[in-house]
Amino acid sequence: MDKQLIVRGVTRMEFKRFITYLIPWFILLGIGLYAMYLVFRYGLNHTNMDNRFAFGLWIYFDLAIIALGAGAFFTGLLLYVFKRHEFKSVINSAVVIGFICYSGAIAALVVDVGQPLRAWFTLYRPNAHSMLAEVTFCLTLYLFVLAVEYVPIVLKNRKLKQIPSFLVFEFKLHTFMPILAGIGALLSFFHQGSLGGMFGVLNGQPFAFRETVFVFPSTFFLFVLSAIAAGPSFVLLTTWIVSKISGKRVVTKNVFMSLGKISGILLIVYVLFKSIDSLIWLNKTSPAVGFSAADHYGFAPFGIWILSVEIIVLGLIPGLILISKKLRAKTPWLLTGAVLACAGVALNRFVTTIQTLSLPTLPFADFLTYVPTWEEVAIFLMVIAYGVIVYSFSFRYLPLFPQERELNRR
Amino acid sequence: MDTRNKIKSDNRKHPRYGMVVDLDRCKGCGSCSIACAVENNQQPATPDMNNRTGVTWMRLYKVHNGEPFPDSRAVFVPMFCQQCDDTPCLYVCPQNAVELDPMTGIVAQIPERCFGCRYCMAACPYEARYFNWWDPVWPEGMEKTLNPDVSPRMRGVVEKCNFCHGRWQKARAKAAAEGRRELREDEYVPACVESCPMGALTFGNLDDPDSKVSKLVKDPDTFKILGQFGTKPKVYYRTTRSWVRRAVNRDVYSEKKEKVHG
Repeated sequence: MDKQLIVRGVTRMEFKRFITYLIPWFILLGIGLYAMYLVFRYGLNHTNMDNRFAFGLWIYFDLAIIALGAGAFFTGLLLYVFKRHEFKSVINSAVVIGFICYSGAIAALVVDVGQPLRAWFTLYRPNAHSMLAEVTFCLTLYLFVLAVEYVPIVLKNRKLKQIPSFLVFEFKLHTFMPILAGIGALLSFFHQGSLGGMFGVLNGQPFAFRETVFVFPSTFFLFVLSAIAAGPSFVLLTTWIVSKISGKRVVTKNVFMSLGKISGILLIVYVLFKSIDSLIWLNKTSPAVGFSAADHYGFAPFGIWILSVEIIVLGLIPGLILISKKLRAKTPWLLTGAVLACAGVALNRFVTTIQTLSLPTLPFADFLTYVPTWEEVAIFLMVIAYGVIVYSFSFRYLPLFPQERELNRR
Repeated sequence: MDTRNKIKSDNRKHPRYGMVVDLDRCKGCGSCSIACAVENNQQPATPDMNNRTGVTWMRLYKVHNGEPFPDSRAVFVPMFCQQCDDTPCLYVCPQNAVELDPMTGIVAQIPERCFGCRYCMAACPYEARYFNWWDPVWPEGMEKTLNPDVSPRMRGVVEKCNFCHGRWQKARAKAAAEGRRELREDEYVPACVESCPMGALTFGNLDDPDSKVSKLVKDPDTFKILGQFGTKPKVYYRTTRSWVRRAVNRDVYSEKKEKVHG
């Protein structure tokens, strides 16, 4: 039965080996589900968050994976709207990664809120001024769009394809793809931006508060830009990892190069705007309310080094590596650039969430630290395990890489 | 027509309640905290809680001047919801669980609408919002002390000071029964103000030029903590001691650091 489900013309490892490889991930999933039970049953006292450290590992993780998951909408936009046909070979994989990132983020959010059964109130009676209401709307709708984009990939399964009505349905769905890609891009633009805006609007947190550009804080645009810069790098990295684990070539080299180039160009643009924003914030926005750079970077371990690493080591350097045709042609350089780009966006989200809350705002408050509990870590790992499992099954039974058969023909 | 517009259109002058905390009078006895907890059915602390996870709407900070003995001095700063007119927590709440009451100027938290995302807590510069990390449990017998005018909150929602809103409703009902629409100044007073043995807390209508609180607000020794954020708090602090003012308020042009303990 298993062999009949595998994509025609490609080879996959033995079923027993496949399951053995997944066992550790299922164990992590199980531990995470137990931690989830504890939090739902006994409350958020199973975390190390507190009245000031109101956000912790989960919110950071949500922001980071949503940024990395931007590869799905951005690759779709490049392929269906800008007609960059070389990305046809990674779009299916990008959609699956996007679906995993977004559904995983929503799962972590559901555990993170105190009364998850009331989450629908936001959709029913939203506060139009709240950035979080916008995030909730766009995330919910975009997860729906991703699910609809995932369906045709599932229907391409060798067995499911034999059912004529499924084939017709899949074909019909394909005609909507450019529209869905457009809607996905619009929704993603707004929720990536609103996630940045969520912190940029906090006039009570001088570390996070930023000047307004049009009607949004500058972080709105910086989050969009950093997400679309890191997204293609994440697609590149995952594709390379899949290729290494499976021992097969799944896409041609030029696809890697194109993903790297787009990531590099956007990263340079992001670094430019991020630097301008940081200068305005440190010299105008923050001093206007009595907070100097020393107030933000005077507490160990969050020294000024963190800003330098974010902008130079994990921004400018990978940007330069990836825009250089000579460097990105060499796989180790290409991978280094992509890893640094992804680490850069992850660090930016860490600074935005964790550093903001650890710094004191009241003159007589203390600098705070926070270490997550095992339950928080377990749920974080559970989402990663869920992603690995869904992706592994998708790679085994669905045609994620259309070029694979051609590239591995003996 | 929504409530806000209806109130605007009836041409009545509504009070805008505020408070002045005299830091020179406060001795840090904590009776305001206790009165607040009892009045508002705050969940009792358990051994699992710490000073960062318990619920204390009225919290006392002890702030030192950082000098060694014998010049060492300390001041107690009662910190609670500053009832901002330009309310940062209200704008961020996705579910409209925070409302600024146009009848009183009080910032209300509606626990039944709150789903515990805690975004308001991140938005509040005063750390005046508290999350119910545990199910509230009253030790046997203690449930008889619960105030019937205030609903206890469930686990997983945020709560904060509301100037004892239950007392305002009670006073309003009493005035209405007597055929009055306006409240007298002494008719509605929060529990903390009533309990303070030093008379450090003054409460009243900020818009009434004859009220004690509005006169105190005009005093040059009265200031707003973090007023530069533009949140327009309605709670003011007052001190004649310059080191206290420097230690508790971040002056835009003074960066002097004081050693403090919260």
